[in-house]
Amino acid sequence: MTMEATLAAPTTGALLEVKALKKYFPIHAGLFSRHVADVKAIDGVDFEIRRGETLGLVGESGSGKTTIGRVVMRLLPATSGDVSFDGRDILAMGRGDVRHLRRQMQIIFQDPYASLNPRMTVGDIVGEPLRIHNLASGKAAEDRVRDLLKLVGLRPYHANRYPHEFSGGQRQRIGVARALAVDPKFIVCDEPVSALDVSIQAQVINLLEDLQQQLGLTYLFIAHDLSVVRHISTRVAVMYVGKLVELAGRDALYENPLHPYTQALLSAIPIPDPAVEARRTRIVLKGDIPSPVDPPSGCRFHTRCPIAFERCSVEEPAFVDYGSGHFAACHWVAEHGGQAPNLANGPIVL
Amino acid sequence: MSTGSVLISPAGIEDDDLQMTKVTFWRRLRRHRLAVAGFVVLAFIVLCAVFAPQLSPFDPTYIDPHWQGNPLPPCFVNSSQCAGHILGTDEVGRDLLSRLLFGARISLTVAFFAVVMEVVIGTILGALAGYYGGWVDYVIMRVTDVFLSIPLLPLLLVLTGIVAASSSKASLSFLTIVIIIGALSWPGVARLVRATFLSLREREFAEAARAVGNNDFRIIFRHLLPNAIAPIVVQATLDVANVIVLESTLSFLGFGIQPPTASWGNMLANAQATLEQAWWVAVLPGLCILFTVLAINYIGDGLRDALDPNMR
Repeated sequence: MTMEATLAAPTTGALLEVKALKKYFPIHAGLFSRHVADVKAIDGVDFEIRRGETLGLVGESGSGKTTIGRVVMRLLPATSGDVSFDGRDILAMGRGDVRHLRRQMQIIFQDPYASLNPRMTVGDIVGEPLRIHNLASGKAAEDRVRDLLKLVGLRPYHANRYPHEFSGGQRQRIGVARALAVDPKFIVCDEPVSALDVSIQAQVINLLEDLQQQLGLTYLFIAHDLSVVRHISTRVAVMYVGKLVELAGRDALYENPLHPYTQALLSAIPIPDPAVEARRTRIVLKGDIPSPVDPPSGCRFHTRCPIAFERCSVEEPAFVDYGSGHFAACHWVAEHGGQAPNLANGPIVL
Repeated sequence: MSTGSVLISPAGIEDDDLQMTKVTFWRRLRRHRLAVAGFVVLAFIVLCAVFAPQLSPFDPTYIDPHWQGNPLPPCFVNSSQCAGHILGTDEVGRDLLSRLLFGARISLTVAFFAVVMEVVIGTILGALAGYYGGWVDYVIMRVTDVFLSIPLLPLLLVLTGIVAASSSKASLSFLTIVIIIGALSWPGVARLVRATFLSLREREFAEAARAVGNNDFRIIFRHLLPNAIAPIVVQATLDVANVIVLESTLSFLGFGIQPPTASWGNMLANAQATLEQAWWVAVLPGLCILFTVLAINYIGDGLRDALDPNMR
C-alpha cells in the first residue's frame, strides 16, 4: 500500500483530495452502554485543495468544519471515505507513515491559550518537532528555533520564556512557529484568529499570508468569520450540518452566491459604512441549526430555507458544478438552470 | 511590530542584549519561607538519623539499672531522678533520646521508600487509565476499587501473616514492610492521577503534541505528567505522614518493626501502657512525627509553587 502510494505521488494538481468523507461519533447510553445514535459530524463531504492555494471552510458552530480538520490531520479516525494527500491514502496509513505525514502536514489551533503546554518553554515547544523527527539537535536545533521565532515576528530570546508570559497574538505566533518547524507543505488553520482581538487578527492573518508566499504553503483555513475568509482564501467552501452546500472561487462565492444558505450567511456581514449598512437587506433565517444527530431529510437546509419546495424535504440535492468550479447543492438552483435565487428583495425575507 | 517584514528582526536589538536570566527552580523555592523552614527541619532530622550512633548518649537497647518499673523522667522534668537520661527512659528503662535518634532512621526510610513505591505505581497506573480510557481504564480502576474496598487493616494483617508464615523469622524484614505498605497505598494516588489525566488529555496542547508527532509515551510522560505534578507532590507529602502512622499500627499489632529495634511508630504504640504516669514516652515520638510531617508538607507546598511556571 505504502510503496505504490509513494510511487504514484504526483507533482501537480490537488495536494489534498477528500472523497465521500464521513465521521460519526457514536452516542452510548443506558446501563450497558448501548449504541443508541450517532452525531453525524461529517456526512459525506467531497473537496480538493490545490497546491499553493488557501481553501476557506466556513460554517456555523457545530457544522463539522473543525472535525474535517482533525480527520484530515489523522487526529481523529474517519468513519468512511477517502482522504489522499500528495497521492497517498492517508486514512489507510499505519503508525509509522502517520508519523512521517506529520512532517508534511501541520495544524494551527484555535485557542492559543490552550494549545501551548504551560510547563514547556517556548524553545522546547518550537524545538520539539525537530527532535522528534530527528531534523536537528543541539546547537543546530537552537539556531533553527531562533530562526523560526524571527520568522513569525518574535525575538530569539523569547525561547527561554513560558507561554503564560505572552499575549494572545504572540502565543498564536508561537503556535505558527511550532507548525512551521518541520517545514510542512500543508497547514490546517483551525480558526486561528477567532480567539484573538480584532486588532491582532489582522497581524496574524498577514503573517499567515506572508508565510504562504515565502514558503509555498497550502492552507485549509477553517473559520466562521466571513470577512476574514474572504481576505485570505483562494476558494471557499460553505458547510451546513455535516455537508458542503457550496464551493466556489472566492469572488464567485461572495459576488454570486448560489445556495440560499450562503446568501443568508453573506447578508449577515456588516458593512463598515453607515449609509450602506442602513440599506442592507438581511436574510434572517428562522430557527436554529438542526441537530447533527438527526439531520433533516432531503436537503438539510429545507427546514430553514425560505424557498424550499416539496422536493427539498424528500430528495437530497446533488453537489453539482454550475460552471468553472462553482459547486452548489440546491434543487432550486438545479431547476432554474444554475440561476441564483434572489432572496434579498422579495416577500420571502423572513 | 510590523507584520509585513516578518523576516527582519526588530532594529537595534541584538539577540543577546535582552537575554533574560532564567529564574531558576531553586531561587523560586527559596522564596517560599515555610518551605525553607521545612527543609531546615527535615535536614536536621535526617542528620540526626544519619549520625545516630555518634549522637546517642546510650545504646538504644540498653536497660538502665535505675529503672524500677516506671519510666524515668526527662532531666528537665526531674533532674534528681533522670539518671543522665536527657529525655528520660521508655516503659522498660531504655534511653528515650537514643531510641528517638535510631527510630528516625527506621521511620524515615520506611516512609521514604514506601511513598516512592506508592507514587510510582499509582502514577503509572493512574496515567494509563486516565489517558487511554476505555477498557484499560475499566480494568485498572476495578483493581483499584478492590484495593480500596477492602479495609486496610485486615488486609495488612492477612498479607503480613502470609509473608511471616513463609519466612523463617518471627517478624518481618524492613524491606517487606516497605513493599507491603507501598503495594497497599497506591490506589489513592492512582485515582488522583487518573482524574487529573482525564482533564489534561482533553486540553488542546495534548492534541497539539500528537499533531507534532509525539507518541503516546511522550505525550503521557513529557507533556501531561509535568502538568499533574502539583497534586501528586501534595498527595505524596501527605502520605509520608500516613505511612509513618501505618508503620506504627503494624508495629503495634506485632507485625511491624519489632522492639528492641526502635521506630517512632512502635515507640508511640508501646507508650500507651504508661501514658498516665509518663507523658513523655508518648509525646516525644509523637512530636517527632508531627515535626517531620509538617516539614515535609511545607516542602511539598513550596515544591508545588516552585514547579508551577505560572507562579513566577
